[in-house]
Amino acid sequence: MPGRLDPKPIPRRDFLGLAGLWSAAIAIVGSVAGMAQLPKPRVLPEAAGTVKVGPATAYPAGTVKVFTDHRIRVIATDQGVAAMSLICTHLGCVVAEGPDGFHCPCHGSRFDAQGRVLGGPAPRALHWLPISRAADGSLLVDTKGDVPPGTFYEV
Amino acid sequence: MTTKTSGLGLFWQNVVSLPSSLRESFARRSAPTSDRARSQSIFANIFLHIHSTRVHPHALRLSYTWGLGVASAALFFILTVTGVLLMIYYKPSTELAYQSIKDLHYVVPTGRFIRNIHRWAAQLMVITVLLHMARVFYTGSYKKPREFNWVIGLGLFVLTLALSFTGYLLPWDQLAYWAITIGANIAASPTELTDAIGITHWFNIGAFQKELLLGASEVGEDALIRFYVLHVMILPILLAIGMSAHIWRVRKDGGLSRPGRHTTAAGKGVGASQPVPQTPSSSPTKTYGLMCVVKGKTPATDQNLDETVPSWPYLLRAELLVLMVFTFFSLVLAYFFDAPLKELANPSVPENPAKAPWYFLGLQEMVSYSAFIGGVVVPAVAMIGLALIPYLDREREQVGVWFSGAVGRVVAWRSLVFGAIAAVAMVAIPVNFGWLRNWFPGIPQLWIILINPGTILTALYVLWSVYELKRSGSTRMAAIALFTCFLVGFAILTTVGTVFRGPNWDFYWWPSQWPTH
Ligand code: FES
Repeated sequence: MPGRLDPKPIPRRDFLGLAGLWSAAIAIVGSVAGMAQLPKPRVLPEAAGTVKVGPATAYPAGTVKVFTDHRIRVIATDQGVAAMSLICTHLGCVVAEGPDGFHCPCHGSRFDAQGRVLGGPAPRALHWLPISRAADGSLLVDTKGDVPPGTFYEV
Repeated sequence: MTTKTSGLGLFWQNVVSLPSSLRESFARRSAPTSDRARSQSIFANIFLHIHSTRVHPHALRLSYTWGLGVASAALFFILTVTGVLLMIYYKPSTELAYQSIKDLHYVVPTGRFIRNIHRWAAQLMVITVLLHMARVFYTGSYKKPREFNWVIGLGLFVLTLALSFTGYLLPWDQLAYWAITIGANIAASPTELTDAIGITHWFNIGAFQKELLLGASEVGEDALIRFYVLHVMILPILLAIGMSAHIWRVRKDGGLSRPGRHTTAAGKGVGASQPVPQTPSSSPTKTYGLMCVVKGKTPATDQNLDETVPSWPYLLRAELLVLMVFTFFSLVLAYFFDAPLKELANPSVPENPAKAPWYFLGLQEMVSYSAFIGGVVVPAVAMIGLALIPYLDREREQVGVWFSGAVGRVVAWRSLVFGAIAAVAMVAIPVNFGWLRNWFPGIPQLWIILINPGTILTALYVLWSVYELKRSGSTRMAAIALFTCFLVGFAILTTVGTVFRGPNWDFYWWPSQWPTH
């Protein structure tokens, strides 16, 4: 009697047929998996997030500069220079500056002057961005970075 | 000599009969003169054979179907034709897209008209698909054996919305740019939750989804190409395949649902619930029952064959009528109203208010409480709930009757009132009194995400449906209650988003009260 220890031999044709089916299945799954990788680029096709905002001397205490193209706002106090992103943390609209802070045109999020959420759906405060100094002495803002609110770069 | 002339003569004969032989080879049969021949034509023609050869008059009743399914298909046809025409001029690049739309508008002969038709047909299609869904639901047509076709239908609904949305980016104007920015960030919004519970670092599904959609971290050239490919290739092909399956199944499940008739395995197809036995020798032609292709009663089957009518001409004529009516609508709208085109996309200043297309404004209202709950969770729950309806309501009575009879009509009315009050309250409370963050400024973000008007509204609707279930003891009534609630909720939120939301998403009674700035 054929059993587990002494299995009935698989007929050669069945074996070849099954082997063919399985290799076809593996080939299909494999190629689909390969193709599925295509839409996810390994490197994102965009410029680095650092923005030159001019020499430190251009930022005496009390300066406020808005860079609309980069959607950032750079301020200087006697603590130093700080940069804040103007992109709403809700769904990415650009906030507008009002007398009492910032408000977002898209779903009504409101932020105070430090970027903290006052109302609306925004889940977190506006991002503060790290500042560093380039070799030529001008200040660099990293728009992809993130530092705790209230972080100033001392010049 | 003689052979030559007869050869020439033969050739001449063939030349003379060229028109008729061309026609024969093309149509393969002469114009049908009897019902039987018409049925044969439907059966043998690749374009017509998706119809059954005979249909029940119930399926032709305007007050039953309102022609909505056919209308959606007809609009898809119009959209395909106009869309292909637009592709001749449209250039999917951030530099040229806006200009090419302007060219279409001002320079290309009939360009403006074609674009307008495309636009209006798309809007009409969203409406007809929605209404078609409501019709199918309220007539109980999702019931066995059509459960899965309801699920396919839901897929088609999602594809319709996806097609509208991907088309929205292509003009590359302000409207497009900011709608897609918001849409992509909704895809990224699970981050809101993973942030709140602090696992984004390990598991950032939100960012992954957004990147897949945009091919970058911001809306730009790559996003435009992706949306273009989706809009002109992937989604239309999926829609066409889904539509074929959808229609094919309607036919295989015995045509449109109608009252007093549970389809049995033997009763698929037309007319007879008992197929007429036929031996091969007695059926020289296709065996869809010769009895079915003549008029009048027949003693052979003890079935009133007048119960069905030939698809040609009745069904084909009705379909053609629907196509003409909706072509006419699109033409009229396109003639009088231009499709909007705002200024060129400007990534540094959004529109104020930045509004999505109208059928998404209900969603935008929800999103303005919480991006993740309103934009992902509630829609997903609603979709899953809708898909499960035929499996959770398996009562067999009253298929094909509006609202399943008088009781259902009452339930629908009651749910309509309840759903409307709940939706209005959920908008009015935050507008007038603010919400959690205004009451408890220090509250953890997780609470704000989880407990927002959108969640509460959904919960209220589910509770109401459970209440109706207890009250009536009928799953069908519970389904009617839930569906009605969601429908009014959608309608009210959409109206609020469209009419009552102004700059900064503030509430205004009328756009004329918007502050000028
Ligand atoms: S994007 Fe700012 S509130 Fe929605």
